[in-house]
Amino acid sequence: MAKYLLLKHYRGAPAAVNDVPMDQWTPEEISAHVQYMNDFAARLEKSGEFVDGQALAPEGSWVRYDGEGRPPVTDGPFAETKDLIAGWMVIDVDSHERAVELAGELSAAPGAGGKPIHEWLEVRPFLAAKPSITECTFK
Amino acid sequence: MNEALIRSLTPGVLGVLVRRGADFAAAEDAVQDALIEAVRVWPADQPRDPKGWLVTVAWRRFLDATRADAARRRREDLVDEEPAPGPAPAVDDTLQLYFLCAHPSLTPSSAVALTLRAVGGLTTRQIAQAYLVPEATMAQRISRAKRTVSGVQFDRPGDVATVLRVLYLVFNEGYSGDVDLAAEAIRLTRQLAATIDHPEVAGLLALMLLHDARRATRTAPDGSLVPLAEQDRSRWDTASIAEGVEILQAALARDRLGEFQAQAAIAALHADAPTAEETDWVQIVEWYDELARLTDSPVVRLNRAVAVGEADGPRAGLAALAALNDSLPRHSAVAAYLHERDGDLTTAAQLYAEAAQKAPNLAERDYLTRQAARLNTGRGR
Repeated sequence: MAKYLLLKHYRGAPAAVNDVPMDQWTPEEISAHVQYMNDFAARLEKSGEFVDGQALAPEGSWVRYDGEGRPPVTDGPFAETKDLIAGWMVIDVDSHERAVELAGELSAAPGAGGKPIHEWLEVRPFLAAKPSITECTFK
Repeated sequence: MNEALIRSLTPGVLGVLVRRGADFAAAEDAVQDALIEAVRVWPADQPRDPKGWLVTVAWRRFLDATRADAARRRREDLVDEEPAPGPAPAVDDTLQLYFLCAHPSLTPSSAVALTLRAVGGLTTRQIAQAYLVPEATMAQRISRAKRTVSGVQFDRPGDVATVLRVLYLVFNEGYSGDVDLAAEAIRLTRQLAATIDHPEVAGLLALMLLHDARRATRTAPDGSLVPLAEQDRSRWDTASIAEGVEILQAALARDRLGEFQAQAAIAALHADAPTAEETDWVQIVEWYDELARLTDSPVVRLNRAVAVGEADGPRAGLAALAALNDSLPRHSAVAAYLHERDGDLTTAAQLYAEAAQKAPNLAERDYLTRQAARLNTGRGR
């Protein structure tokens, strides 16, 4: 039982096989894509593996602390930022193999021409808060 | 009567319903309803026969649900009155439920969830909170698990080893949120030990008690890890240790060693030492040798290398470590520790930093980062 983040990038991931920007798909292809994503989430909920799924706006701002009593500094968006997150899905699965299997299915979402996008998704394990009770050498 | 006591009646009540011919999934839902009703009603009006009360309420719920279901499907009605008890079961109902909920056809996470609900009597919401997943997801995981085992014969004995693995998983999850899974695992293992006479069940119970005895000292108030050697032993729970040791000794006397008894023996040797320096590392190494024979687990061999380092010196520990694959989790953490003991602080600091990068959880990562920082600042940087 472990949680994984399936991370989808607007930018920063290697190019997909079926790499056509979404605005050049037909409306039907877009509908089919959205349907696939919804069905995928619903299927994960049914299998008891769904934790969370969110999409992010492509544009945001950068913020940092600017010292006592001053408002935070904001800047950006920066066009040169290499990595841009589009959204994620969080799953709770029995094994790393299962996480990879599900990411593979998500990457098969249809795109232009109704063909799978073959998009690269990043699979990242969550760090648990604490070690399991019996297995850590240090306690 | 508190909630834990009400919940302890869960498997017995569920067993009666299944024995009477109720299908497992529907019976389990009915028992959950009855438990919720009991929590609501009993504080003001506790029945003289709690289990009988639960059976009656659960059976009524089951009949209502089945009738509604049957009406929907235009099927014939079920008989109303309580049926006569069937022939005496060959295997205890409670034990049978443990087997069913840990059935090998279930994935580990499904077996854990089903065990906590059908044997432990926890609600879906409590289980979802403990495992930090949405309640809807946990509900689906449980109903899927119920469907998976729906065809399993209830009266055929299962393999106790599968049950022990599930309880061990629950225990290791520890305590997060409102549900103390370690305490729940101890309760369920205790209940199992009362049902079946098996040295490995006793071994697992002893192991849990011995680890749980150190619970208060394993983390500092800020949540950071306190390693075994630095724990305040005066705060270890001596009653829990005494109980664990007694259960373990009785189990070992039966001469049917298994991995949980061996793990418990190691935990007992740690618990027995008045100070970290007085730990009997030679015996601990011997137990790790037993454990390696029983499980052939690389994690065991890694922990053995630590023990060898304590018993025969860090060079011996490093030699034992050299025989292991360095891609093992915590390999660099162990290497860092042994190099530090050997006086090679530069290598140790590098390895602690590397181990922190690979740590599987936040508490360990912070601990290892602090070890690296301690050595780096100690060298006057």
